[in-house]
Amino acid sequence: MTAVESGTGTQREIGAARRRKEDQRLITGRTRWTDNIQLPGMLHLAMVRSPFAHAMIRSIDTDAAKAAPNVVAVLTGREVADEQGVIANAWPITTEQKTPAHPPMAVDRVTFAGEIVAVVVARSAAEARDAAELVDVDYTEMPAALDLREAAEDKVLAHPDLGTNKIAFWQLDSAAQGSGGSVDDAIAEARANGIVIEREYRQQRLIPAFLEPRSTVVDPTGEQYTIWSATQIPHIARFLLAATTGTPESKIRYIAPDVGGGFGGKLQTTPEEWLTFLAAKRLGKPVKYTETRSESLVSGHHGRDQWQKLTLAATKEGKVTGLKVDLLADMGSYVGIVGGGVPVLGAWMFNAIYKFDAYQFNCTPVLTNKTWVDAYRGAGRPEATYAIERLMDELAVELGKDPIEVREMNWIKHEEFPFTTVAGMTYDSGNYEAATARAKELFGYDELRAEQKRRRDEGDPVQLGIGVSTFTEMCGLAPSRVLGQLNYGAGGWESASIRMLATGKVEVITGASAHGQGHETAWSQIVADRLGVPFEDIEVLHGDTQISHRGMDTYGSRSLVVGAEAVVRAADKVLDKAKPIAAHMLEASEDDLEFGDGRFSVRGTDKGVTVQEVAMAAWHAHDLPEGVEPSLDSDATFDPDTFSFPHGTHLCAAEVDTETGQVKLRKYVAVDDIGVIVNPLIVAGQVHGGLVQGIAQALWEEAVYDDAGTLVTGSFVDYTLPTAADVISFDIDHTESPSTTNTLGTKGVGEAGTIASTPAVVNAVVDAIRHLGVSDITMPCTPQRVWRAIREGSRGGGTPDAAQPHFGADQPNQDPTAGGAQ
Amino acid sequence: MIPASFDYTAPTTIDEALAALADAGDEAKIIAGGQSLLPVLRMRLNAPSTVIDLGRIDGLRGIREEGDALVIGAMTTHDDVMHDALVHEHALLLIKATSTVADPQVRHRGTLGGSLAHADPAGDLGAVALALDASFVIMGRDGSRTVAADDFFVGLFETAVGEGEILTEIRIPKHTGWGAHYEKFVRVVHQWSIVAVAATVHHEGGTIHEARIGLTNMGATPLRARATEDALHGVFATDEDVRAAVANIAEGTDPPSDLNGDAEYRRDLAVVLARRAVLHACGV
Repeated sequence: MTAVESGTGTQREIGAARRRKEDQRLITGRTRWTDNIQLPGMLHLAMVRSPFAHAMIRSIDTDAAKAAPNVVAVLTGREVADEQGVIANAWPITTEQKTPAHPPMAVDRVTFAGEIVAVVVARSAAEARDAAELVDVDYTEMPAALDLREAAEDKVLAHPDLGTNKIAFWQLDSAAQGSGGSVDDAIAEARANGIVIEREYRQQRLIPAFLEPRSTVVDPTGEQYTIWSATQIPHIARFLLAATTGTPESKIRYIAPDVGGGFGGKLQTTPEEWLTFLAAKRLGKPVKYTETRSESLVSGHHGRDQWQKLTLAATKEGKVTGLKVDLLADMGSYVGIVGGGVPVLGAWMFNAIYKFDAYQFNCTPVLTNKTWVDAYRGAGRPEATYAIERLMDELAVELGKDPIEVREMNWIKHEEFPFTTVAGMTYDSGNYEAATARAKELFGYDELRAEQKRRRDEGDPVQLGIGVSTFTEMCGLAPSRVLGQLNYGAGGWESASIRMLATGKVEVITGASAHGQGHETAWSQIVADRLGVPFEDIEVLHGDTQISHRGMDTYGSRSLVVGAEAVVRAADKVLDKAKPIAAHMLEASEDDLEFGDGRFSVRGTDKGVTVQEVAMAAWHAHDLPEGVEPSLDSDATFDPDTFSFPHGTHLCAAEVDTETGQVKLRKYVAVDDIGVIVNPLIVAGQVHGGLVQGIAQALWEEAVYDDAGTLVTGSFVDYTLPTAADVISFDIDHTESPSTTNTLGTKGVGEAGTIASTPAVVNAVVDAIRHLGVSDITMPCTPQRVWRAIREGSRGGGTPDAAQPHFGADQPNQDPTAGGAQ
Repeated sequence: MIPASFDYTAPTTIDEALAALADAGDEAKIIAGGQSLLPVLRMRLNAPSTVIDLGRIDGLRGIREEGDALVIGAMTTHDDVMHDALVHEHALLLIKATSTVADPQVRHRGTLGGSLAHADPAGDLGAVALALDASFVIMGRDGSRTVAADDFFVGLFETAVGEGEILTEIRIPKHTGWGAHYEKFVRVVHQWSIVAVAATVHHEGGTIHEARIGLTNMGATPLRARATEDALHGVFATDEDVRAAVANIAEGTDPPSDLNGDAEYRRDLAVVLARRAVLHACGV
């Protein structure tokens, strides 16, 4: 596609592949990230973290650290216990949920390796780090709950005072809620007369590896505490800081400046933010904390980590009749901001695009003594999509049919929308047939199937597999009323304001908080079309609660479907306010005016004024109609009626080297239906990045702990994050079924690639070697697992017991002074 | 990622560097590009009192011919090695392996000597030095000595370079006209070798006259596969014959087990990769 560089006159901005206007400052480094902020007299923090997964803190000796050069203070949990506030879980999934108290700094007990036990404040970051090494903590180790399934048996407790590791039990049952029949009946019937597929799948633990590590600066010297933080959620963080520390909300100004990625990993209020606030408040000086990458990997929340037990019932012909899901979800040692809500979001997604009558979803979130787990790109939906799309392939094998044919037999037909699913969710629009047809065409499906057969027949050491994923997802958590029924701690609305400046320029204020998404460009395109002003005349402001005082921030693919709709409504209000002034200026009746291309004109004449001219008239206010206020500025808050439901068909061809187990992507086609596209270039970026993150779960990434509860994959040497060099060029395209839940017809796209791609890749890998006796491989499908699966007809085994990091305190790799001096 | 504090010195001659090394004693570390040392310092896994930077010693950089050998200064960067015409002509295997080291940024900072002296068994260049029969010139205050590749790698991260000594040159006998291939196995391209096989082959008319094979990450040090080299002597460069000749290449190795694979898997990989490396080196 060709990028658009400048305004194209009366041509619509929506749909134009504009390059992102924010990228120049982001890519050239001209912007200031949080860590670039320097304030006079600023102090720096270093954290002392627990090396143990579970231990009592007997004593902390801070004398040596306090005596170190330029150390201003050393704080321990006991000293600040009453003033540090708490880190909140905003979505207790049941009213009885057992939620361990989460102090920002451990007071008596540490619950995971990496938890903060002391904070050193010094005049420089280096001096703080040096002094942190001098803090001497005396621990008594306790047994740690590490394995998810064992933890669910409550043999070892992550928090002994709670009496159990299971924080809650959450169920959706189609018979009980009246959206379908009894799943047990459906399974019994299938056992007698049909097909039952029973599988257990592992969603390994992942780490949201955003580019910019988390960083916070707090300036306590003004009337308001000013907080800059690399966060996705400045508005929610402000609310929670006020709510948990007793600081009046009006005394807090929270700013998310340019933020380098999040993927859900910055959808959190963090111990580090709270402690930076505490130190600044105590000492009365500006304070900064920036984490190291190693700290980020060990203490930023992780993602996924589930065991899924699945029972799919179908008729002999392949018509799905029921699905039962039993989930264990690892929460880590604390329940994060979304917490048990993450796996619960899967409740409405395991049934995916398929029509069937009986469904039951059971979810048990479990505490362990590991890093906390919370939202990571997709949050609950990738896990659900993986399970159902793997199961549909298994059903196809059972039936001896093509996996696309089996899906088509079961999916909702395009003429059946809006469609209410067995989970009780109403999908507004979609066309699975169209997306699948286009994907097959781009992919060369029949040719690749022929090649696969040829390679099998010839016994080629490199086998070819084809994986299918016909996914849907839900984005833009809404409406607020339903979120309230689910115990969710906030609303699902979004806010926007438009300021018409005297010179006709426009400021758009959004409550969405971009951290790489391109809101500034997309919102400008939308407002340019709506108000008929040039793209270049529009500035989008966000992320600072002093400017954008209302907002629900950015996560869950909600910004465009909720936030941009608020922008549209604010723009419409601007036009409503401009119209009487325009009529007055044109000496015409409002009824005789028409609006187009930014101009109010008197029907049937060439008389007219632009909205920008009306803005000037409203500003000087010399001659306004009686009773009209001298302002066009407008606000809107939009609370959608429901989610939006993007969908798509992804096809993956993977080559499996049966001699080494290496998996190589051969071709990947993604045809996503995300409704109306505002900016195809931004969409392509979201799809490409999303695909790589989903493929990474299938092939590369896993957070691994050793038997002592230490994170082995504590650096990027061992947490094998892919780069562009590891993936192929993707073939992406779109079909368009406009959403009916917002006026733009848009659906979310931020998570689609991640949700869809993981099962497509694993289905392809399994398909390549199924004839060798393999029906599943544990993710990530590492070469060793694939190699072993081929030899043993197994899932490839777990992570090797001898797992050790390349760099590590006990490893020779650290090369103390051994060997050559170089 | 802030290292503990240390003194830093950047001498401009080898004599100055040796003097600095003698002054600082066993608390010193030499930095020769820093691509392995810096992560260790930043994670505070090591805290030397003094870091001696060889980067300003011009005499340690560069590639020249000396009769039947190429002489490569220890501080020559990977990127310079990769793009050198002499190396391309006389030690193709070194080009093949060096171009797989990490990523372009690392290759612009990291050096051949630094990598070899660090002696990470997962590093790519030790196996190449073994296969090419390289020798190592090591300077001390009493003068220089030359150590053969077979004697250079002593143990895990341990080489023949002693305390107070500096590796200054790597001498590689010319392998003009030899085919070469470095078969490196990784999960993501920027990671250390899980296993790799370095092969350089003198072949004519479809027959292998001589083969030299080095193994990466199959033990505490890089290994030379002499028995396999012998088995390849006179063998036709066909899949079947090479397969038979390399079948026992993992015998006697003691590879590590880690996140990327266990020892059993690595032994199996070595056999597969060796076959591919040799055939590739023969242009098959």
